[in-house]
Amino acid sequence: MQDLLLLGDEAIAQGAIDAGISGVYAYPGTPSTEITEYIQASKEAEDRGIKSMWSANEKTAMETAIGMSYAGKKSLVCMKHVGLNVAADAFVNSAITGANGGLVVLSADDPSMHSSQNEQDSRFYGKFSMIPVMEPSNQQEAYDMTRYAFELSEKFEIPVLLRITTRLAHSRSGVKRVQPQEQNEMKLPSNLRQFVLLPSIARKQYNALLNKQQAMEEDGITSGFNKYIEGDNKSLGIVACGLAYNYLIENYKDGKLPYPVLKISQYPVPKTMLQKLYDEVEEILILEEGYPIIEELLRGYLNLGKKVSGRMDGTVPRAGELNPNIVAKAVGLEVLDGFEGSSNVKPRPPRLCDGCGHWDAFGALNEALKPYSGGRVLSDIGCYTLSALPPLQSINSCVDMGASITMAIGASEAGLIPAVAAIGDSTFTHSGITGLLDAVNRKANIVVLINDNSTTGMTGGQDSSALGKVEDICRGVGVEEDHIKLIKPLRRNFEENVEIISKELEYEGVSVVIARRECVQTLARRMKLKHANKSATTN
Amino acid sequence: MKKDIILAGVGGQGILTIATIIGTAALSEGLFLKQAEVHGMSQRGGDVQSHMRISSNEIASDLIPEGKVDMIISVEPMESLRYVNMLNRKDGWLITSMNPFDNISDYPELEDILNDIWKLPHYVTIDANKVAKDKGSVKAANIVVLGAASPYLNINYELLENAIKKVFKNKGEDIINLNLLALKAGRDYAEKHT
Ligand SMILES: Cc1ncc(C[n+]2csc(CCOP(=O)(O)OP(=O)(O)O)c2C)c(N)n1
Ligand code: SF4
Repeated sequence: MQDLLLLGDEAIAQGAIDAGISGVYAYPGTPSTEITEYIQASKEAEDRGIKSMWSANEKTAMETAIGMSYAGKKSLVCMKHVGLNVAADAFVNSAITGANGGLVVLSADDPSMHSSQNEQDSRFYGKFSMIPVMEPSNQQEAYDMTRYAFELSEKFEIPVLLRITTRLAHSRSGVKRVQPQEQNEMKLPSNLRQFVLLPSIARKQYNALLNKQQAMEEDGITSGFNKYIEGDNKSLGIVACGLAYNYLIENYKDGKLPYPVLKISQYPVPKTMLQKLYDEVEEILILEEGYPIIEELLRGYLNLGKKVSGRMDGTVPRAGELNPNIVAKAVGLEVLDGFEGSSNVKPRPPRLCDGCGHWDAFGALNEALKPYSGGRVLSDIGCYTLSALPPLQSINSCVDMGASITMAIGASEAGLIPAVAAIGDSTFTHSGITGLLDAVNRKANIVVLINDNSTTGMTGGQDSSALGKVEDICRGVGVEEDHIKLIKPLRRNFEENVEIISKELEYEGVSVVIARRECVQTLARRMKLKHANKSATTN
Repeated sequence: MKKDIILAGVGGQGILTIATIIGTAALSEGLFLKQAEVHGMSQRGGDVQSHMRISSNEIASDLIPEGKVDMIISVEPMESLRYVNMLNRKDGWLITSMNPFDNISDYPELEDILNDIWKLPHYVTIDANKVAKDKGSVKAANIVVLGAASPYLNINYELLENAIKKVFKNKGEDIINLNLLALKAGRDYAEKHT
C-alpha cells in the first residue's frame, strides 16, 4: 500500500531530505512554495540540521546553493518558473562551474497561468544550459527523481534541473519512501579553481560540459525514466512528456495503448529512442505540457519529414495546460459531454481580503492622484496587484518583480510627472532596492509607495526579508530623511494619509511613503499560534 | 470501485477539509487516491475547486476527464453549477449547500440558481447553514454537505466518522462531536429528501 499521502511539492521535499541535502534555498512562488514549507515544518529536517530559511530572491537562493555545492554538500534550490529568469545568470553559469556537492534546481512551471504572468517552459533553460532535466509525471516519480537527480548531479558533477508544473505540484497521491541517505561531509573541490570562471578556465570548463553531453544522453536510456512502450498499431507513434503521459493512459482502458509510445521524463532526449519511434510508425504525435520543444526538434524548421503533429499544427491547443480530453481528441477518441453550462454562473475573481491595509493605502493614493490625469501608477507583483481590479483600479502595470520603481524612473524621465511606484515589502527586498538606488543616483522625480504588510502575502504569508528594515534600507540607499514618510493605512487615517502622499507628489525628487500595517491573514495566523502556545504552557 | 468528485466552493469555505476527510476514509479502506488542490491566487474570495479521485485501481490522471465526474460536492450553490459541464450526464450527482456566498456585484437570484440545479436528474440541495446551526455551529456547514453526499460516496459511513475523529483530533472532543452530528444530520436529510 501507499505510505505517505503527499503533494507533488511535498514528495520532492521528502525526496530531497532522503537524498541527504544539507540545505534548501528558495524564494516563495506559486506553485513551488510548499516544497520549502514542508522542509521547514519537518521534524526530521530539523533533526538533521537542514538549512531552510527563505532567501531574499531566487538569485541569492541559487548562489547560496552553489556555495553549498562548492563546499561539497548537497543542496536544493526551489522557485517558480519566472524565478528562474531572476536566477538565470547564476544558473546558466553553474553549468560551466559544474557542481561539487549535488546541486538540484527545481523550477515549477504554471501552464494556463493559474497564478503567473506567463507560461514559459523551464525545459528550455535546461537545454540552453546543457544540463540534464528531469520531468516527473506523478508524485512517486517526483520523489524518486529528486533522489536520482542528486545522484546524477554528483555523477556528472553538474547541476540538474527538476521541472514540474502546477498540476503535479498541487496534487496529492500516495508515495513510498526509501531509506534516507546521510548528508555529505564538507569537502572542497579537488581543483580549487573549478569555480573561477576566468575566460581561460571557463573555456576548459565549457569543453568539459560539452564532453559530458553524450554520457548525459545515454543516462536517459539506462536510468529507466524514459520508456519505450511497444504498440501493435504503427499508424501512429506518440511521444508523451511528463504529465502528458498520464492523460494519455487515462484514455485507454487498463492503460493499454494501441500505439507505440515514448514516455519522456529525462532530458536530453535520447536520439536513439526517438529514432526508433520515427522509423517504426507512419506519423508522430507529440504531447508536451508546456512549449513544443521536442515537437520543434523533431519536425525541423522546414517540416520535410514524416508528419509530426502537436501544438504547432493545432492538433493540441498552442497555449494552456493539457488535460485528458485534449489528449483524447488529439488521438482521435470520442469524448463525453457533461451538462450544458448555466448562464447563472458569474465569474468570481480573487480580491483583496476584507480589512486588508492595501484597500486603505490605494484608497488614499487614488484620492491624492485625483488632481492629475490617470495612468501614473507603475506597480509590482503581490496581493496589491489586485488593486488593478474594480473598485480600486489604482495601478497601471505589473511586469516582473521590482519593475515598479525602475519603470517609474523611466516614465518620469519621459515626462510623466508625478510618477508613482507601488511595491510590496517582500518585493522591495527581492529586487526593488537596486532600483531605488538608481532613482536616488539619477535624482528621479518619483514617489515610491512601499506597501509594508510585514509578510509575503500573495504566496501565503512567508517571512519577509524586509521585516523591520525598510526605513534603514531607504536611508542607506540615500533617500533623504525628510522624504521617507510612514503612514498607517487605516480608514480613520484617510485624510492624513492623502495629505502626506499629496505633498510627496509635489516634491521634485525621490520620496518614499511606507504604508505599514500587518496583513490581516498573517496577523490572524500569528495570533492563533500565540494562543496555542499560551494554552500549551498553561495546561 | 471508482468515484471521481469535484469539490467546489469559495476560498475559505472549507472544501479542503472535506477533501481531507474523504481522503483519510478512502485510504483506510485501502483505496488509491489522487487529489488536485487549488492554491495561490484563488484563495482570496475567488472560486476554488479540487479534483478528487478515489479508486480500487491505480489512477493515471490528476484531472478528471470532462463528462466523467460522478459527483459535484459544493458548499455554495452558484459554485456547484460552475462545473456541470464536467458532470456525467447519466448518473452524476450534484450535492450542494443552498446558502449563497455573495461577494460579487452581479450575483444571480438564488431562485434562478436552484431552478437550474433542480433540472438535473440527480441532486441534493440542503440548507447547510441552518442544519449546522441547529447542531451547534454554522462552522460545520461544510461537514453537513459532506454528510448529504455520504449516501452516494460508496465509502463505509463508519470510516467517514473515524476520519472526522482523526482530522479534528487536535481540536478537542466538542469540535469532533459537533462535526459527527453535522455529518449525520446531512446524511439523514439526503436520505429523506431524495
Ligand atoms: C520572480 C518571481 N518570484 C516569485 C513570484 C511569486 N510572487 C508573486 S508576488 C510575491 C510576493 C509578494 O509579497 P509582497 O511584495 O510583500 O506583497 P504582498 O503580497 O504581501 O502584498 C511572490 C513571491 C513572482 N511572481 N516572480
Ligand atoms: S493575504 Fe494579506 S496582504 Fe493579501 S489581500 Fe489578504 S490581507 Fe491583504
